[in-house]
Amino acid sequence: MYNLIGAGLIVIGGGIGLGQIGGKAMEGISRQPEATGKIQTAMIIIAALLEGLAFGALILGK
Amino acid sequence: MNRTAISGILLSFLLVLAPLILLASDSQPSGEGNLIDTPEEINDYIVHHLQDSHDFTLYTDGETGHHIGFPLPVILWDDGLKVFSSSRFHHGETVAEVDGNYYSLYHSKIYKTNANGDLDLDEAGHSHNARPLDFSITKSVLGMLIAGILLVWGFGSLAKSYKKGPLPTGLGRVLEPLVIYVRDDIAKPNIGEKKHRKFMGFLLTAFFYIWVLNLMGMTPLGFNVTGQIAVTVCLAAFTFFITQFSGNKSYWGHIFWMPGIPIPMKILLIPVEILGMFTKPFALLIRLFANMTAGHFVVMSLIALMITMKAQFGVVASTGIAFFLAFFISLIELLVAFLQAYIFTMLSALFIGMAVADHDDH
Repeated sequence: MYNLIGAGLIVIGGGIGLGQIGGKAMEGISRQPEATGKIQTAMIIIAALLEGLAFGALILGK
Repeated sequence: MNRTAISGILLSFLLVLAPLILLASDSQPSGEGNLIDTPEEINDYIVHHLQDSHDFTLYTDGETGHHIGFPLPVILWDDGLKVFSSSRFHHGETVAEVDGNYYSLYHSKIYKTNANGDLDLDEAGHSHNARPLDFSITKSVLGMLIAGILLVWGFGSLAKSYKKGPLPTGLGRVLEPLVIYVRDDIAKPNIGEKKHRKFMGFLLTAFFYIWVLNLMGMTPLGFNVTGQIAVTVCLAAFTFFITQFSGNKSYWGHIFWMPGIPIPMKILLIPVEILGMFTKPFALLIRLFANMTAGHFVVMSLIALMITMKAQFGVVASTGIAFFLAFFISLIELLVAFLQAYIFTMLSALFIGMAVADHDDH
């Protein structure tokens, strides 16, 4: 039961984080469309780091 | 034009689905003998799929109990090499006798038992029986061997085609842009123009190996190789050792005596930096393992919807819903298969790049 609540909290946190990353990247791209490639690469790397954190928490919590 | 096309598709969906939903209303929830029917059975089936196994089973006939597939060799080291076929276990139902020793399968692991196959279980259901060293060609090992053969064949033909001329032919036409993509977009920006060549072998191997294995997991053959934590641990260990052994003076300097900060901070940062050496590859292995496990779990759960929703919607409608959901999630999984290979290679290149970077500007 508690681990299910924890899993929900992890997903909420991860969702907020991914939303921030994606939203800011979109803003950056719309300001400077010529830097799209660089912004996308950085976005994917940071999203992957966040994802690793969230998945680590999910697996440890299980 | 576009809008009419979309509304046309939606309309045809409604026309197809409406009679199905009507059909569903008068169908009976029916238990059909030995078929997978309850949530517990579905859960067992999915968990069994996610694990490695000692035989290759495509399908089990619920009524006759007949397994369609083939056994794989079991290789044990237990006071000498023991090699026998996994068909002797009869899918975990019987005890295999080899040279006077008895072995039995429990949760896809081999334990040494007595002639009756009795296991010494504790309250949590873990066995305390002795375990021989297991070097078996399991389903995942078979998958890795197939992936290896595919890569050697594909890249062998690519390498051979360069002897004939500058343009690759056949399969090489597909592989060459991917190799250049890994070199120009992953290795060069992260490791640097001068030093990237030394690490191209590892990066290309990791990228294509993970990608091919992820794609093999999408086939109905039932491989789940990159979802085995042992596999991802080994892949991340390669990154870890390559990073440590190629680390230069400034890399170790930044770990043990961070320049440019007061001395008490330098001492405080040493354990943090040493922890950081291990958390980076740890994140790599957890990410790949969890992504592939979660992907397989979601696809199989959506397919299982046709069983769990059968009582409410009837056979045809629940199958249709499960098909569409599983189909679109499978498309996303194809993207994830590529993305995970890309992320693993990218972060490996980033970590290696941090270890070999020159800090002339300090």
